[in-house]
Amino acid sequence: MNDMTTLSITETPALELHGVSFTHRGQRLLGPLDLRLTGCRRTLVMGPNGAGKSLLMRLAHGLLAPSAGRVSWQQRTPRQAMVFQRPVLLKRSALANLTYALAVNGTPRPERRARAREALERFGLAALEKRPARVLSGGEQQRLALARAWLLDPEVLFLDEPTSALDPAAIKAVEDAVQEFHCRGTRILMSSHDLHQARRLADEVLFLNAGRLIEHTDAATFFTAPASKEARAFIRGELVL
Amino acid sequence: MPSDSGAFVTALNLILGLDPDLLNIVALSLQVSLTAVALATLIGLPLGAALALWRFPGHGVLVVALNALMGLPPVVAGLCVYLLLSRAGPLGELGLLFTPTAMVVAQLVLVLPIIAALARQQVEELHQEYREQLTSLGLSRLRMIPTLLWDARLGLVTVVLAGFGRASAEVGAVMIVGGNIDGVTRVMTTAIVLETSKGDLPLALGLGIVLLGLVALVNAGAYLVGETSRRKLG
Repeated sequence: MNDMTTLSITETPALELHGVSFTHRGQRLLGPLDLRLTGCRRTLVMGPNGAGKSLLMRLAHGLLAPSAGRVSWQQRTPRQAMVFQRPVLLKRSALANLTYALAVNGTPRPERRARAREALERFGLAALEKRPARVLSGGEQQRLALARAWLLDPEVLFLDEPTSALDPAAIKAVEDAVQEFHCRGTRILMSSHDLHQARRLADEVLFLNAGRLIEHTDAATFFTAPASKEARAFIRGELVL
Repeated sequence: MPSDSGAFVTALNLILGLDPDLLNIVALSLQVSLTAVALATLIGLPLGAALALWRFPGHGVLVVALNALMGLPPVVAGLCVYLLLSRAGPLGELGLLFTPTAMVVAQLVLVLPIIAALARQQVEELHQEYREQLTSLGLSRLRMIPTLLWDARLGLVTVVLAGFGRASAEVGAVMIVGGNIDGVTRVMTTAIVLETSKGDLPLALGLGIVLLGLVALVNAGAYLVGETSRRKLG
């Protein structure tokens, strides 16, 4: 319908990283790496702990500034949102957490409640609207964080290991939400160390190890014929050192 | 001269009989201290939040100075305000010395560092937790201030109370800049000092009981507010 046509016309700007590295206290934690992400795809950032997955997401989203190099969006900076491993919710009701995000992005006051309720409904949280966000279960909190991101209508959604602390049902809910975002035309950049999850979701994979970008390939290629020895070991479930 | 237990009974009679002298003193005490705390809260909370959010040259010095001022002796604060407001002082023309306004200023000087320094700690802690999320939502640091203050509200109630405790209990500052003038600048603490030295123990004791009761009442109220909202908000 109308929405869909506008979405297909406005193309997601490409993200470019030129010689980006991140150094903390004299230790290089990431890079230098060059990267270009195009199209409205689902990109999974994979790799063992400490590979620099979270760092890469934060640099791309602009939460951190690179120590060297440049992070840029082609043409224009798209609307973005991020969902964190541990959801950060404000000390107010579930509904108020959502109306707050709408207030921040400049939604007129009379529209906020209705739109927030709609989002709660979509993520199966309608019955919990008056509950303080901080006493919700881990899965509910993550869904609320997704609902908040949904309201911001992002063109690019970053998810930093959003399911690593959740049970299978909650993981399913998050993955369904990711698909919904993608169907609506949101580019997905999500980190995970769960291979099964990556197989379910990924169009392409960025494989990091020890702060270096080892592979950037289509999911099909990555899972069947990875080019690097590190990725082969990772897929076989061996320890990557 | 009445015995101590006699003084206690007379004190209770003064309170229960709503003795007008006693009521006037209590009213002025509350007026001065509550005004000072309200002003210190209005200035101190945003100031503390700003110190938690911004880093600039001299930031560390300012934080240390603020922390040190939490222990400022009331008589020193009183002396400084006295020098400022005395006829030869820079603000002497305002004619504020020995008025309740001067007492509010003196208590403000005492309470502001407490509220600002403690608020800074609370907001800084919360900011650690919220920073990435709020930045991701696109908030500037200026716009983070109301959000952080509101979400730190439970802890900040205690901060404001600590300020009120300081204001209502101190005697040195209001004594120096107020002068303990009967009916004009006499508050509970200065009256207790005077009546005790005169030997009028019933009035001193009565005021002491009222003072204790007020502080206990305010703290009990804050405890209840804190507990209920903690249970409600998780």
